[in-house]
Amino acid sequence: MSTTSQNISFREASPMADFLRMERMPHIWCPGCGIGTVVNSFAEAVNKSGIDMDKLAVISGIGCTGRVAGYVNFDSIHATHGRAIPVATGLKLANPDMKVVVVSGDGDLTGIGGNHFIHAARRNMDMMVICVNNFTYGMTGGQLTPTTPQTANASTTPYGNYEYPFSLPFLADACGATYVARWTSLHARNITKSIREALNHKGFSFIEVIAPCTTLYQRRNRLGDGLDALEYYKEDAGVEKDVDTRDVGIDFQGDIAMGRFVKQDKPTYEDAVNERYANVLGDDYQLYGMSKPEREEKAKRKAEERAKVQATMDDEEAQMMAEDMGVDEEGL
Amino acid sequence: MHEVRFSGFGGQGIVRCALITGKALSMYDDKFATMTQSFGPEARGGACSSQLVVSESRVLYPYVTLPGVLIALSQDSYTTYEPKLRDGGVLIYEADLVTPKEDDGRVQMYPAPVTRFAEELGNRLFANLVTLGCFSAITKIVTQDAMKKALPGLVPDRFLEVNKKAFDKGYAYGLESLDKKPLVTGDAQ
Amino acid sequence: MRKTAADPKGVLEGAHFLDGDHAIAEGALAAGCRFFAGYPITPSTETAERFAERCPGVGGMFIQMEDEIASIAALVGGAWGGQKVMTVTSGPGLSLMMENLGLAVMTETPMVIADVQRAGPSTGLPTMPAQQDMMQIRWGSHGDYRIIALCPDSPQECFDLTVEAFNLSETYRVPVFIMADETVGHMHEKVVIPPAEDIEVVQRNWYEGPKKDYRPYQFTGKDVAPMVKAGDGYRFHLTGLTHDERGYPHLTVDQNEKVVTHLIEKIDSNADKIIQLDESEMEGAEVVVVSYGITSRIVSRAVQLAREAGIKTGSMRLITIWPFAEKRIEELSGKVKAIVVPEINYGQMVREVERSAAGRCRVVSVPHCGGAVHNPEVILDAIVEASK
Repeated sequence: MSTTSQNISFREASPMADFLRMERMPHIWCPGCGIGTVVNSFAEAVNKSGIDMDKLAVISGIGCTGRVAGYVNFDSIHATHGRAIPVATGLKLANPDMKVVVVSGDGDLTGIGGNHFIHAARRNMDMMVICVNNFTYGMTGGQLTPTTPQTANASTTPYGNYEYPFSLPFLADACGATYVARWTSLHARNITKSIREALNHKGFSFIEVIAPCTTLYQRRNRLGDGLDALEYYKEDAGVEKDVDTRDVGIDFQGDIAMGRFVKQDKPTYEDAVNERYANVLGDDYQLYGMSKPEREEKAKRKAEERAKVQATMDDEEAQMMAEDMGVDEEGL
Repeated sequence: MHEVRFSGFGGQGIVRCALITGKALSMYDDKFATMTQSFGPEARGGACSSQLVVSESRVLYPYVTLPGVLIALSQDSYTTYEPKLRDGGVLIYEADLVTPKEDDGRVQMYPAPVTRFAEELGNRLFANLVTLGCFSAITKIVTQDAMKKALPGLVPDRFLEVNKKAFDKGYAYGLESLDKKPLVTGDAQ
Repeated sequence: MRKTAADPKGVLEGAHFLDGDHAIAEGALAAGCRFFAGYPITPSTETAERFAERCPGVGGMFIQMEDEIASIAALVGGAWGGQKVMTVTSGPGLSLMMENLGLAVMTETPMVIADVQRAGPSTGLPTMPAQQDMMQIRWGSHGDYRIIALCPDSPQECFDLTVEAFNLSETYRVPVFIMADETVGHMHEKVVIPPAEDIEVVQRNWYEGPKKDYRPYQFTGKDVAPMVKAGDGYRFHLTGLTHDERGYPHLTVDQNEKVVTHLIEKIDSNADKIIQLDESEMEGAEVVVVSYGITSRIVSRAVQLAREAGIKTGSMRLITIWPFAEKRIEELSGKVKAIVVPEINYGQMVREVERSAAGRCRVVSVPHCGGAVHNPEVILDAIVEASK
């Protein structure tokens, strides 16, 4: 009994209590896994952004990262393998006031879900996709994914990988994503900032986080534990400014180019739908009963909100630089 | 019950013929009409056809089995479908595009230069409405009034008047043809 | 369950000359569907086209997804986004939908899926009719589950049954199928759309109560829990995993028994309320023909001929395919010599008839390979043979 009451007080006292479904703790992730870092950064970004948490939905696919949707205290859907993006697409279009965030793994998003990924990027669907890329299928036991570097050992390439891997920022960029960034799980503050930016970005934003799978990828490739992975990131991951996404591929234990590679404004799918129909049908076009003036008013209000949030982020940045808080000046 | 087949080549408005007639019958003539068409590659070129089953009560079997009326606007469609027209049935064919075999009296043949009439009205695209005029006048399966009511929505608004004219032209021609060669009715249809 | 009249905005009141595919789209709009995700496939595409054309004026959203997997996945998101949702497909697309049909069943998400059947297997005969997916919708997704399926025999019924499908899907929080076929989908007939006030629409059962008490599921085997929509602060969670009332994963055998039993019982225990049959001249019949969809119309002609030939022939049309009318067949099987089951497949629903008749009468299959409707003479011959 005493254990239970201690647990409750721990749960209530946690700084993550608002953000996580504390009743579902402890989570399933292994010690040293990078997914927790991403969840932490996400929580912090949401907190700092001041976004209405009721208006944010998190959708995941299947796999270790796929469990994120089950732990975060938002409207959340743990969908089928690879299908988080179309589920998110449906939710967003059925309820355009929502901000939808997909958090899933490399195998889920770019293997089985690859088709959905490229088309959501192509449409500039207004959603954020966070990919925790650990180069392997963790939950099924360490198999090859579309991002596994050549020569790396996976349980289905026991003699080393011979396939060409995807470079995800390049893939997202080429398909039309309007915000693309990459960090490693060592760079928590940068992830947080990127997520804040993406929360405030209208359009398809993609954040790749390179993270260790200690139990499978690290061990199978004799790369040590989680700390060793962070050492590697510290040594070989560096911020690259104005880099062409064609040049950010990752070789086995090679250099990792990080940074915000793409940020541009482009009408989203919904914008394009609204514009096209309003042009042709005029006032007769009322998506979910909303008239043109109402739509325009709302769009204006949202744009102003985004501008305000952007200004706040800029101010904070300037302040931190001024106070020499150790902000990586080459960061975001 | 009537079974009617419209046939020709892609682009002659064959499907539209059955749609207009079916709509006219079921919505303005108080009949039951079921319209089907051939789909697939064969509907894009070559011989193309659309069918109507018309009845005083609900149509059960939706396809035509032994049509009593055949409209053939191309040689191909004539060759394909004429043998499937029942004995004593009515054949309305494009006089300039179809060379029929010698009239042996098996079916009742009515030639109509519908494309030429349409061209006189400004565009060969109106040939299908001329055809429908002939068909209405000769067979009396559908009323003139119902056909005209059925046109809005099935022909572009800006061509509504000229399509009605095309229909009238065909209708008048159909009546003339009947004068020359009265229709033998009864089981024929 | 809250029933109201239809929203007049979606109702194209009046008489029309429509094909079945178009009538399905009109039925959806009349039922209040405002979100459609689909992928083109013959012979169902006209439904998507009609919805795409009509929805902006009605205030709905249409999206052509990248494939059928994405289409049905988007429906799960769309339904929990707060809309009534639908998609349409045919054989090959239906096969792709099986995965997320499971997700919809497991998360008890209301949606309507129209399957305009064509002949298979594989690409088969894309422009020709079949009734070959009857078992796939029932068993095609892995695991044990139930769905509801309705089978229209005309464009008019495509409209009527689509409205009904939405009502059932909201009532039981279950995917409901419209099992049309190429013939019904593409044939044009008169379709009368009644005024909005005469169309009964079941509205979503929205939860009203304290936010912290909301539970997306209740495993009673009779009723379903009310729903909420994203953005209203309930912070719902859904998963395809075996889950508890809150929607959280609960991976035990005991919980799985609760969940699966509920998914099955919520349909089976309400089967009498759900099942609609259209019967004629059953009194004293020696032979009964059981059929559905377009085949029923061919059967009507065959039955007429059989009666003219002096055979006491009854006819039963399955408007509701799933749940199957097993009680009624069981009852009949004790009274008739034989039940004849023509269908455009090599014997699918006939197995259900055999199971329900359990040897009490002869059950005669009249199969068809697909690509056309039966010749009425073939059905007549089977009736004559069965009456001996």
